[in-house]
Amino acid sequence: MNLRVPHDMTRRHFLRHLTTSAATLPTLQFVSQMQANAAQVRRNQKACILMWMGGGPPTIDLWDLKPGSKNGGEFKPISTRGDVEISEHLPKTATVMDNLSIVRSMSTREADHGRGRYYMHTSFVPNATVVHPTFGSIVSYELGTQRKDLEIPAFVSIGGASGSPGFLGMAHAPFVVDSNGQIRNSQPAVANRQRLNQRLAMLDVIETGFINSDRGEAPTSHKEIYKKAVNLMTSDQMRAFRIEGENQKTRDAYGDNNFGRGLLMARRLVENGVPFVEVDMGGWDLHDNVFPRLRDDLLPNLDRGIAALTTDLKERGLLDHVVLVWMGEFGRTPRITQTVGRNHWARSWSVVVGGGGLKGGQAVGATDADGVEIIGKSYLPGDIWATVAQALGLPVGKVYTSKRGRPLKLAGGGTPIQELIG
Amino acid sequence: MRNDLITLIPSRQIVATVLLCALIWCDPFAAHGQDRFTPRTGGPDEVVELINQHIRQAWEDNDVEPSALASDSEWVRRVHLDIVGSIPSVDVVESFLADRDKSKRAKLIETLLDDPGYTRNWTTIWTNLCIGRQTPRRTSRTGMEKFFREAFGRNRPWNDVVFDLISAEGHFEEEGAVNFLLSQMTNRDDAIQATAKATRLFMGIQIQCTQCHDHPFVTAWKQSQFWEFNSFFRQTRRIDHRSFDAASGRRVDDFSELVGTNFSGPVYYENRAGEMNVAYPSFFGVDVDPERSTERRTELARLMTTVQPDQPPYLARAMVNRIWGHFFGFGFTNPVDDMGEHNEVSHPELLDLLAQEFIDNGYSMQQLMRWICNSEAYQLTSSFAKNNRYDDPASGNPPLFSRMYVKLMEAEQLYDSLLVATSADKTGTANWERAQRQRDRWLQQFVVAFGTDENDEATTFNGTIPQSLMMMNGELTQNAIQAAQGGYLYSVLSSRDSDNTKIRRLFLSTLSRIPTRAEMSKASRMIRESRNKLEAYQDLFWALLNCNEFIVVH
Repeated sequence: MNLRVPHDMTRRHFLRHLTTSAATLPTLQFVSQMQANAAQVRRNQKACILMWMGGGPPTIDLWDLKPGSKNGGEFKPISTRGDVEISEHLPKTATVMDNLSIVRSMSTREADHGRGRYYMHTSFVPNATVVHPTFGSIVSYELGTQRKDLEIPAFVSIGGASGSPGFLGMAHAPFVVDSNGQIRNSQPAVANRQRLNQRLAMLDVIETGFINSDRGEAPTSHKEIYKKAVNLMTSDQMRAFRIEGENQKTRDAYGDNNFGRGLLMARRLVENGVPFVEVDMGGWDLHDNVFPRLRDDLLPNLDRGIAALTTDLKERGLLDHVVLVWMGEFGRTPRITQTVGRNHWARSWSVVVGGGGLKGGQAVGATDADGVEIIGKSYLPGDIWATVAQALGLPVGKVYTSKRGRPLKLAGGGTPIQELIG
Repeated sequence: MRNDLITLIPSRQIVATVLLCALIWCDPFAAHGQDRFTPRTGGPDEVVELINQHIRQAWEDNDVEPSALASDSEWVRRVHLDIVGSIPSVDVVESFLADRDKSKRAKLIETLLDDPGYTRNWTTIWTNLCIGRQTPRRTSRTGMEKFFREAFGRNRPWNDVVFDLISAEGHFEEEGAVNFLLSQMTNRDDAIQATAKATRLFMGIQIQCTQCHDHPFVTAWKQSQFWEFNSFFRQTRRIDHRSFDAASGRRVDDFSELVGTNFSGPVYYENRAGEMNVAYPSFFGVDVDPERSTERRTELARLMTTVQPDQPPYLARAMVNRIWGHFFGFGFTNPVDDMGEHNEVSHPELLDLLAQEFIDNGYSMQQLMRWICNSEAYQLTSSFAKNNRYDDPASGNPPLFSRMYVKLMEAEQLYDSLLVATSADKTGTANWERAQRQRDRWLQQFVVAFGTDENDEATTFNGTIPQSLMMMNGELTQNAIQAAQGGYLYSVLSSRDSDNTKIRRLFLSTLSRIPTRAEMSKASRMIRESRNKLEAYQDLFWALLNCNEFIVVH
């Protein structure tokens, strides 16, 4: 487990060198065939893109409108290409709703930002004795480890911190990047490979000595993380982070804002075999002035982004392999406050899922005429993640064991939502 | 008896003699391989002795044996990082290792508690705890820092400090304490965030879930109680002043202030069934007059900072737990700020005892740290012993403190330690303000916001890839290993010492220890065989700054 520039670096540059140097015709054909095959394999790999709405979005104004109710607010519903109505300020999204479904009966009981964020990411309520892995870390653990060709982290979080890998260990922590695609400090400080190797060899001696002094896990995981970082520094796959590679039309379609750029980067990453990408869009904590802020600021960017991503994935034949999830830590109060805001509300709200072979175009569950109570069955985050797990081909029902020996079920023991399973 | 202690303890001589019997400490190279445990910290300090007894009892009960004493190298680095927030300079390390004084550890603790670095470090820690690393809008970081600099510089009693943080009113630079509440009241959320943060930070209880429902595990924590606490904060308002800027011809942000309002009566909240309820100001059942004439925050500050009959001393317990956790990496509960019947306390009697002593000693933070640093457990190495593998709280077991737990450095500790290791503090800018701004800017790269209006944040300085990339390729490291004139590497390389001496000094300046045989042979071979000696030394220095041992407190 010597730390050094990977041996297979030559392999990575092999194809490129071949095409430029020893260019006989048969070799060229052989090479492009190989490249095509590798790309095809990656395209068929399953992935999940989580659109995380930090702050808690007012889903009553987006996905579950209540015209005629005192709680209804200013927006009107419009019909869509699916069998659901959504906000008039999501017109582009309306044209792709045949691919997405709304779960309108989330009831999650945690209305504090920290607790809600934890619960929605992990399917478990916070508990002092164990740190549960965020779902992206589970996917990294289950799928990332199988993808030997993947040289960049299996769990990327764009523009937000996501959550902790918990007992799965730092190797499955989210790789947190900015939506601008510049991975800070990723250029090796010494251009000379021999010199980098000299540094890493010296590092290895010191690190190994410290690991052998038997002080617990931290020294060992430090070494593992460095190995991943060196891998990443020298990988061609870093190109996936750079959205400048896309044509202007595509970039315009996604929108030139953090969320749009993040989604475009997410598409490039899943194409490259990254199984879980989280894209953060903050600013939903709308304690006052909710309607102008939605109409003028948040919804245009959201609408553009969702529509562009869904369309783009579909056109590339990827939508059946990539699960889309849209959620925040909770919804917001149906009652409109004196400052024309909505406060935190976890009792009745919506999340959106689609792609990955799941059934689109429908609403699962319902709330009453004022949006205050759930009618019929309600769902927990574990049910959403169990549905995603099934779509990704993860072992639903798997039981993990925390370091202390506590059994923990995948997705908190949630059940896949039948209406969504194709 | 206890009052006598107050006057006795702070005397350095007394504390120094306390540890005279710690014979083993006199030998700088005695360290690992001490299997059998013998009491090493007895002496006249009653509290330290009581800590030792309680800790030892838990070792016996759990059938573990403590790890060996930490070597002087390991300990001198640890105590510097813990108290003053950076590694020791090579000179300090060398003189400490050479010192034959039997009470040198106790003396060093005193020196560090008196060092300006103590005030700076704890000002950083509490400013971050109160307002975060990313200063919220219309909050004065300078004001907050000024308040804590004074608090720690004068060793103000902790209950007085908290009294000010809860009750302060006024201008955000003149009355620095107001910044705690200003930072928690950036949105119009009826002071929900302020309620949750104040109880969590100062009382060690997490009741944020009870704004919506009763606590699922702690039967005593009802939803009504959250709103009773909350009603104390409702007489508070922030005013964000603006003024005319002649240069731009526009109105711009001016100062902010926290003022009282004449709010009276109950607050209203909705329960799970959707019914409206009322709550009046009440502190764990101690009711306060809800009329206009009552200054509610002053009342709350008084109730929080004095011990109420039939109630645990929340404030003292929370601080003792937090400070203990600071030094050992784990507190008596995990996390340190979630204490309640749902969360097991590893050493309940010791926690109660320390909280009581803390109160009886005038809530002196320095005294609390002095006890902890002089305790036997704090002297142990972080390596496992033969018979304490069970003692690994990182895997969920309750801590037994039979060894020191390894902590990851905070970003501030790394930055300040790099300055020490490279003597950049001596070569760089002399302007303190500018240096501080540079440091703040550098720290911002790790902060990730959560997109809420509560300004909550996470850090990527958490042992993940962005941190390692920064260490490997970042500007800070590049500058550190440049052999610029006046810098440490320059001074080492320009000396006439042998390669081995130079190598040894680089190890001492970064890891506070001399190289092992394997390290020495690898390093000297690398330097001998290199065509460019300067580059080889830079590569060695790079490896020392990047290694796992450098980035942890152990």
